[in-house]
Amino acid sequence: MERPGAAWAAPGLAFFFVFALLPMAGVVYLSFTSWDGLTSPKFTGLSNWNQFLSDGAVWQSTLLTGILLVGNMLVQAPLSILLGVWSAGYQRNRAVLSAVFFLPLLFSTAATSIMWRQLLDPNFGVPSKLGWLLGGNANLFGSQWGAITSLVLVTSWQYIPFHTLIYQGAARSIPETLYQAAAIDGAGRVRQFIHITLPQLRNAIITSSTFMVVGGLTAFDIVLLLTDGGPGTDTAILPFKMYQTAFQTYDFGYGSAIASFLLLVATGISLLLVKASGYDKMTSTMEGL
Amino acid sequence: MKQRPNYAAGVAAVTWLLIIGVPLYALINTSLHGESVYADGGPLSAPTHLTTVNFGTVVSSGFLRDIGNTVVVAAMTVVIVLLFGVPISYAVVRGRGWTSSAVFRVFLLGLAIPAQAVIIPLFLIINHLGLYDTLWAIILPTAAFALPVSVLVLSGGMRDISGSLYEAMALDGASPARVLIQLVIPLSRGAIATTAVFAALQAWNGFLFPLIMTQSGSDKVVTLGLYNFVSEYGANVPALLAAVLLSAVPILIVYLFARRYLVMGLMGAGGK
Repeated sequence: MERPGAAWAAPGLAFFFVFALLPMAGVVYLSFTSWDGLTSPKFTGLSNWNQFLSDGAVWQSTLLTGILLVGNMLVQAPLSILLGVWSAGYQRNRAVLSAVFFLPLLFSTAATSIMWRQLLDPNFGVPSKLGWLLGGNANLFGSQWGAITSLVLVTSWQYIPFHTLIYQGAARSIPETLYQAAAIDGAGRVRQFIHITLPQLRNAIITSSTFMVVGGLTAFDIVLLLTDGGPGTDTAILPFKMYQTAFQTYDFGYGSAIASFLLLVATGISLLLVKASGYDKMTSTMEGL
Repeated sequence: MKQRPNYAAGVAAVTWLLIIGVPLYALINTSLHGESVYADGGPLSAPTHLTTVNFGTVVSSGFLRDIGNTVVVAAMTVVIVLLFGVPISYAVVRGRGWTSSAVFRVFLLGLAIPAQAVIIPLFLIINHLGLYDTLWAIILPTAAFALPVSVLVLSGGMRDISGSLYEAMALDGASPARVLIQLVIPLSRGAIATTAVFAALQAWNGFLFPLIMTQSGSDKVVTLGLYNFVSEYGANVPALLAAVLLSAVPILIVYLFARRYLVMGLMGAGGK
């Protein structure tokens, strides 16, 4: 039988090389240069990296990225598992409510962020009319923890519906016989959830966590549009710091050093997660995708 | 087996309904209010004194052109992703030897590259190609970064095609190209539809590439248009939120008519 050769993949590979792989090498190279975006990049050795290691702001950004990541996972994971398992039920009211729960996904991240920025605005938004809801502190964006909280809540509002879909699909494929056997053994709803549902959702948890980690490390639009990195630099996570350094102060060399660090962290974590999920084994786990 | 109703879950579900519903009410309500009504009542006021004047403001500021640009970007992204992704996946699934698995591994690696981390060299490459401030400057990187998930979805779909069908076509002496067109593409329609919706959504949501790669109004896409409105409209919050609402209408239409593919496209690689 005549098989398609590697030539079939060549055009796509070339395209992917130019716009994804080459930039990956490029960002590492540019991190050893000084470049203002107009003239040619000049090789400057380790100077960006020396600056990077002694730059307190970058470490603050790294810490913030971590805090936001953990906060997002702590809020999103339990809620989306519960919602996903709930919406996996075939009852009519669950189907109707699930359709409503899906609605935030119709909005782009930019649209969601702008909507919430206005709704939470201290002068015109909900806090200006119903300040008692927030304990008298009408300006969520005025303090670091307020701003971090708003980022976590808005991210959760938009992305929990997405993670819910992952868990809904996974929960529906759990064999009903497992629950019947457990019920005969006298296991209640909570014990069934802990001993059957959660272990059976293992792959979904890995998939969903991968999306949360990668999404969290690269959250940029939501920070720019909701808090603009503020108050001050209090929510300037790594991608935002990189954007400011490169595209607002035109220090592309140093921006590339920050970007290389981001690349290292994001690639490292997602490769670990890919290994854990078994995506890299081409057969069996890929079947039925 | 008949279960008793789960009241705790019911209460939680209604709570979640409020969390989802109240902001959406505020969004729609505000977009239908005049500026002065909004200043007095805020986002959660009663739905009286409604007006559609904000949508007029948004439309007359050129928002429909932004939507048109985004539609072009999304359509071209889908075309490029399928044009490259289908042959790649075909070679990955049906090819022999180490090359096909090596190709697959390249795209698995690509799955892990965050666009934010490589935006600076991409900016340099786009400039060198003379594409800065054109729609291509958005389309090409968006397509490249949608390719890994697309290859994953497409090759998954193609792997489900039974081997005996390939053998039957081989007996007829079909070339790889004929097998692709007559067997593989028709039988992986579901995966192709999923990929198309996924790529279109990536283009629709894309913010970073337009922000960095374009600057003039003629090639502004929806997400960037919204961003510009924030500074343009200043305190005219109802008009701003009308634009936010309007930006979701095209996806709403897809949701109403092709819900299954929208959900699968959203899930992308998570859809297994």
